[in-house]
Amino acid sequence: MSTAVAQKKGFGAFIWDYLTTVDHKKIAHLYLVAGGLFFLVGGLEALMIRIQLIKPDNDFVSAGFYNELLTMHGTTMIFLAAMPLIFAILNAVVPLQIGARDVAFPFLNSLGFWLFLFGGLILNCGWFLGGAPDAGWTAYAPLSAVSPGHGVDFYVLGLQISGAGTLIGGINFLVTIINMRAPGMTYMRMPLFTWTALVTSTLILFAFPALTVGLFLLMFDRLFGAGFFNASMGGNSVIWEHLFWIFGHPEVYILILPAFGVFSDVLSTFSKKRLFGYTAMVFATTLIGFLGFMVWAHHMFATGLGPAANSIFAIATMAIAVPTGIKIFNWLFTLWGGTITINSAMLWALGFIPSFTIGGTTGVMLAAAAADYQYHDTYFVVAHFHYVIVGGVVFGLFAAMHYWWPKMFGKILNETLGQITFWTFFAGFHLTFFIQHFLGLMGMPRRYWTFLPGQHLDTGNLVSSIGAFFMAFGAIVFVINVIYTSVKAPKVSGDPWDGRTLEWSIPSPPPHYNFKQTPLVRGLDPLWIEKMEGRKGITPAEPLDDIHMPNPSILPFIMSLGLFIAGFGFIYQVDNLSYLWLVILGMGITLGCMLTRSVKDDLGHHIHKEDLEEEGAEQ
Amino acid sequence: MSDQTLNPETMPEQPERATLEGKNKFLGFWFFLGGETVLFASLFGTYLALRNSTNDGPGSEELFGLELVFVMTMLLLTSSLTSVYAMYHMKNNSFGKMQLWLGVTVLLGLGFLGCELFEFYHYIHGEGFTLRSSAFGSAFYTLVGFHGGHVTFGLLWIIALMVRNAKRGLNLYNAPKFYIASLYWHFIDVVWVFIFTVVYLMGVI
Repeated sequence: MSTAVAQKKGFGAFIWDYLTTVDHKKIAHLYLVAGGLFFLVGGLEALMIRIQLIKPDNDFVSAGFYNELLTMHGTTMIFLAAMPLIFAILNAVVPLQIGARDVAFPFLNSLGFWLFLFGGLILNCGWFLGGAPDAGWTAYAPLSAVSPGHGVDFYVLGLQISGAGTLIGGINFLVTIINMRAPGMTYMRMPLFTWTALVTSTLILFAFPALTVGLFLLMFDRLFGAGFFNASMGGNSVIWEHLFWIFGHPEVYILILPAFGVFSDVLSTFSKKRLFGYTAMVFATTLIGFLGFMVWAHHMFATGLGPAANSIFAIATMAIAVPTGIKIFNWLFTLWGGTITINSAMLWALGFIPSFTIGGTTGVMLAAAAADYQYHDTYFVVAHFHYVIVGGVVFGLFAAMHYWWPKMFGKILNETLGQITFWTFFAGFHLTFFIQHFLGLMGMPRRYWTFLPGQHLDTGNLVSSIGAFFMAFGAIVFVINVIYTSVKAPKVSGDPWDGRTLEWSIPSPPPHYNFKQTPLVRGLDPLWIEKMEGRKGITPAEPLDDIHMPNPSILPFIMSLGLFIAGFGFIYQVDNLSYLWLVILGMGITLGCMLTRSVKDDLGHHIHKEDLEEEGAEQ
Repeated sequence: MSDQTLNPETMPEQPERATLEGKNKFLGFWFFLGGETVLFASLFGTYLALRNSTNDGPGSEELFGLELVFVMTMLLLTSSLTSVYAMYHMKNNSFGKMQLWLGVTVLLGLGFLGCELFEFYHYIHGEGFTLRSSAFGSAFYTLVGFHGGHVTFGLLWIIALMVRNAKRGLNLYNAPKFYIASLYWHFIDVVWVFIFTVVYLMGVI
């Protein structure tokens, strides 16, 4: 119904539909497009970094611009590409996997997206307004507190706004998963992707407020003359390091856990086997989430916290290798003896296992606090975190997109183009980053604008830069694949992979109410159980009845726009106090929207049983 | 949702959790308070790290007097109690009494806020102690100011709910709204107990 109507509407109505939507599937599209665009921007920044480092003494970009590039590359990739792309997958899949018609807070879901988008826009406005942030993605004080110009102000306000959106998204998914599971969907019957979504949302809830506070302190220092990080006023810049990493370390698990969930679902589907060691996988996921909060100071071994603190954090860090190892072995045993289908989604999953294991191994090396003094701030660290974040998160996102694309858009991504993407990206990735381990061990520091000839660093950097172009090629082929698929590919059924979980029991793309009748879940891999018993679909848990759905609303968009305006007011009131009017205007818009939302009843609407029956007849 | 289902003749035992929306709000707000706990924990940590960094400016012993803070504590603790009364009457479906006790809560909250503004005014104009005086000043105003901001927001929130629903009374749509506003108010009160202990008591002893 929804697609047919959308086709008849004009372009303006289409835009309005997306501006006001509270449908988690459309919000997933928004996250996917916005996150994808930021991913391309971040990739472009990475390419410029690698071109600058392609030969010694290069001057492709200036030193100051290089600082902006490396800062924005890291910030964009973590906050504006990886996070929203994960939220895209979460939105597209989690409600379907638990048999829900919507998320718990559809309005907040939309608000979360718009906050993220406007925050990301503020962050990138720096490029056009006198300089982007240039204090590194970690924005260590006191450098970030005194960095001249407005660059870091864009970082502070942009991340503050988009971080609020992420927090809202996290709470939304927590409540959705806890309160809105279909009858019979006990915790230990949830697909592993949903489990990782639950643990990731918990981490978001408890990690992001620390960043919020860190950003507030930095904002007060930079914009209102406070002295948190100013040693001459008695301030202490180590506070920033603690707050940033109390957020920042859980953040890497926030990113990687959903990827683990994706691989678990993909490997099990394409091995035609139930996930090996499901219970152990759930246990390992929660344990990783728990330990993820205990290890932040391993980023600060060289800060000088003392041997006792360093030892404790070193041991806690190494302990994380245990649940992660459990996961690696369970994936391998899931493959063992399975009827394996190799396609693009599966290739990304198979490529992930060795790549991520390398990243995990260097992680344990870095956890050895005494040895870390040697690795610290070298390319060894750069190689390590790209192995876990590209080899883990980006591979996971590619796997997820290939796997769930038919569910989201009703079409399978082109297999040939998919394999070209995988092989070029995979080869380029190892070419770029494997050699960087050795560059780091040879003493090449990270974040330096250039390096000198005759120090045996030339070949390694050249190889690394060539690899970056392979990755760029792979990413471009993926974009072509998306366009090609949307134009040429035929529609597929609701269950093209012979799937095991609830999302494959409904049409692709799903109707906007997802499930005509709430499904009855009778075990792990509920669809597979029904298939084994010779049934075609899931047994419904209720008779056909009216469906209650939330109303669309433009308020989330305006609310975020208000904060966007206020953000500029905060940044520029340092130069001219009359910009405080912008703060008042922006905050007024936002608070006014909140008041409107509070006083105006929004009871949603019903889809009537008769209309549902008619639709059923059409199918 | 029809009017009938939202306005039952007898209120269920827990009107705030009688609908799916109510259940979601209830749980979601508890989670939100979990996040807020981390937020204030970070601010407390920062304050503890910087509370002796006075930069030769006024320190906590010279600034803080316990008399005003005692009054403020009493006001806010009592307001928490009166919001419990309001929720008690909500469960009994006596809307008028609920509004009355919420009104008392708001008045007590306003009294607290007035005292806090007086305190800040006194520090800034009487003692010359500001956000820019020292790292201690930054940490003090940020921690206590964040709490004050929460109080302000909570007051506006409760007032908005009272005015909006004054004419139509209680139903299953607005009961969860009242309930989570009172949860928020309790949270603010708990944070104040910690501020009283960590900032003021530890500051003068």
